[in-house]
Amino acid sequence: MMTTAALDDAAEHARLQAAWRDPPGFIGWLMRVDHRSIGKRYIATAFVFFLLAGLLAVLMRLQLARPENGLIGPDLYNQLFTVHGTAMMFLFAVPVMEAMGVYLVPLMIGTRNIAFPRLNAFSYWVYLFGGSMLYIVLLLDAGPDIGWFNYVPLSGPQYSPGKRSDFWAQLITFTEISALAVAVEIVVTVFKQRAPGMSLDRIPLFVWAMLVTSFMVIFAMPSVVMDSTMLIMDRLVGTHFFNPAEGGDPLLWQHLFWFFGHPEVYIIFVPALGMISSIVATFARRPVFGYLGMVLALLATGVLAFGLWVHHMFTTGLPALGMSFFTAASMMIAIPSGLQIFCWIATLWDGEIRFATPLLFVVGFFFIFVIGGLSGVMLAAMPLDWQLHDSYFVVAHFHYVLIGGAVFPLFGAIYYWFPKITGRLMSERVGRWNFWLFFIGFNVAFFPMHQLGLQGMPRRVYTYATDTGWADLNLLATIGAGIIALSAVVFLGNVLWSLRRGERAGDNPWGAGTLEWATSSPPPAYNFVHAPTVESRYPLWETGERRVVTGMPAGVRAVLVTRLQDAQPDQIQIFPGPSIWPLLSAVATTGMLVGSIFTPWAVVWGSLPVAIGLIGWFWPKRDEKERHLAVERKP
Amino acid sequence: VTPRPIIDVSGLPTYTFGHRSLPWWGAIGFMVIEGMAFAIAVACYLYLRQKAPQWPLGASPPGLLYGSVNTLILLVSLWPNQWTKKAAEREDLRKVRIGMVVCLIFAAAFLVVRVFEFGSLNCSWDTNAYGSVLWLILGLHTLHLLTETVESAVLTALVFADPVEGKSFSDVSDSALYWYFVVLTWLPLYFVIYWAPRIH
Repeated sequence: MMTTAALDDAAEHARLQAAWRDPPGFIGWLMRVDHRSIGKRYIATAFVFFLLAGLLAVLMRLQLARPENGLIGPDLYNQLFTVHGTAMMFLFAVPVMEAMGVYLVPLMIGTRNIAFPRLNAFSYWVYLFGGSMLYIVLLLDAGPDIGWFNYVPLSGPQYSPGKRSDFWAQLITFTEISALAVAVEIVVTVFKQRAPGMSLDRIPLFVWAMLVTSFMVIFAMPSVVMDSTMLIMDRLVGTHFFNPAEGGDPLLWQHLFWFFGHPEVYIIFVPALGMISSIVATFARRPVFGYLGMVLALLATGVLAFGLWVHHMFTTGLPALGMSFFTAASMMIAIPSGLQIFCWIATLWDGEIRFATPLLFVVGFFFIFVIGGLSGVMLAAMPLDWQLHDSYFVVAHFHYVLIGGAVFPLFGAIYYWFPKITGRLMSERVGRWNFWLFFIGFNVAFFPMHQLGLQGMPRRVYTYATDTGWADLNLLATIGAGIIALSAVVFLGNVLWSLRRGERAGDNPWGAGTLEWATSSPPPAYNFVHAPTVESRYPLWETGERRVVTGMPAGVRAVLVTRLQDAQPDQIQIFPGPSIWPLLSAVATTGMLVGSIFTPWAVVWGSLPVAIGLIGWFWPKRDEKERHLAVERKP
Repeated sequence: VTPRPIIDVSGLPTYTFGHRSLPWWGAIGFMVIEGMAFAIAVACYLYLRQKAPQWPLGASPPGLLYGSVNTLILLVSLWPNQWTKKAAEREDLRKVRIGMVVCLIFAAAFLVVRVFEFGSLNCSWDTNAYGSVLWLILGLHTLHLLTETVESAVLTALVFADPVEGKSFSDVSDSALYWYFVVLTWLPLYFVIYWAPRIH
């Protein structure tokens, strides 16, 4: 039985606008809690941090362009590679992937906002303040200088006097608070806010990928938070977690770090897999081949990622049996990745392929990631790892997997979803220049590093002697870095130009099949005039008219909650509106965390403003409460 | 204005209890994160213990009295906690108010005894790695108790401020669930802190 009703779109728009509109002015801008504003801020901030970290890489490449170069001294060089790695991992790769989820997941599952919107705003501000701290201390010549994994004992109180190591440790706290908050939001959003009819087997693959990623964040990140907290306590209040003279153990640091650090790689990579599935389906104009296998591969990757961490510690003298286990697990994770690549090839095989820029980046991913995967299987073998540990071969390997595996798909994703986010398409012609400069520059910069590693060049050296014979390949790598920098300028130019002059996109410029394309570009404050329902995996590719949801209470930010498995309507949740308190709470948190670098008492006194911030956040305003009571319906 | 097929949801409630509601899932998410943190702290303890020549390192095991008293207080507190949870789910405002106050008194009693518990650990955080990890575990659990107590206090104030929103009952129910988490995670921690140094 299908019920129909005559719906007045204009009246509905006015009604929703009244409830979902943000307060005006600069203060109103600071109070926003909608997932689109927060998502855009997250993405833009992550790209700024990315470009800055890229600049640091260019500086390092200039220093290494010729042997015994005097451009940058060892102390500054140490800060450069540490801040480069730390920023790329903690301030760019993870946040930008979560940010894409924050913007896209609610649209793709057909809901009006992300779960816990004020927490979402808080997580952004904490991330912004923490990330800015890292670059500010670098400018003050107090940047961390021990590498992105900050090994003890070098980072401990004995060998790292001063505050550099403490800034690193607290940066971890900032970024993990924000990452964990977003992970919980995404899990709850995907579990409980899917459009009616979007049962588990109809969830878009990108949303599945973000769900698996969020679970990995939840299980992996507490480990590094504990680790960095223990380090800062060793440095600040005289604990002995990592001090062997008093019963501590430096290897404990490595275990806890890599128990987080290896899943971290997949936390960056899995969302990229979801982006590729979206792009491949749209530009082959057919559903992704092997949906069930793709979902199982994502889940398998998420589980296996937790069984690999010791392969970062093959040279620490652990028992051989344990190491064999981790070798096997490291090789096994190639299976789900391989399965997905074959499914995409099968999808493209009998699709009607359109080679737009997003698909170009996906093809670039295939090429680079397969090379990175092969050098990964090589490094998973212990004897080879012992030989190549801490050499430029490892630097080449992880740039192939991280840039190939995550940044290429991300650039494709930006070209793909830019019209949805801004309402305008990016230039295809400039996009091709962007791709080819990046692709060629990347291989020129990083492929020679395999050879340099095999020739024995260690990573993290600020210079090398003339008679090593490494000069030519290093110069080549620097030229490649220059080409990458050029491609970044082209990308930035394309974004800025297209924001103003790009072709108008319309709702669905690519003819895609998922729900985010079922609303205007950019979407309105409430995402959809009528909350949608779905009856298949690619609802926009179905003919027949889709049902819409009616009967939501007016005057409040009402969101439909559905059941976990079959996504049938179950409840209506009234979402909180804009508030300044998430920002104030983030400022208080920043004060406490930065203060704790200088005195442990900052934790005690700093917790008071944080508590005040949180109480202000949760205490309902009188008019808000009245509006809620007016529409309340008991269970 | 054309007729379109619809699903009418005007009969659905605006708040629910347990796994049907969003805040419940949020609470579960944060419990998993905090449970991981506890598990890692315990793993660190066992890791350091396995590396040490003797255990505890250069100290006698913590005194049993205050820790055991506190365990008892926590276990007894489950009763008013469950009573309050049930009252919240029946939306019985009078009982919820009484229950919240009783639960707060239990939390306060626990925090007072906790101070003495720190005093009976027989070592300081800067004595050696054993002392460090002991303080880490107890400190972490105390942090959770403190935040839960503050949160309960705010919630208590909310249910005393008329008129009370229906969703506040759901919040009370979730807060009681969180108290279960704090109590149930304490039991293995109690065993590790007080009994692991006594078992050889």
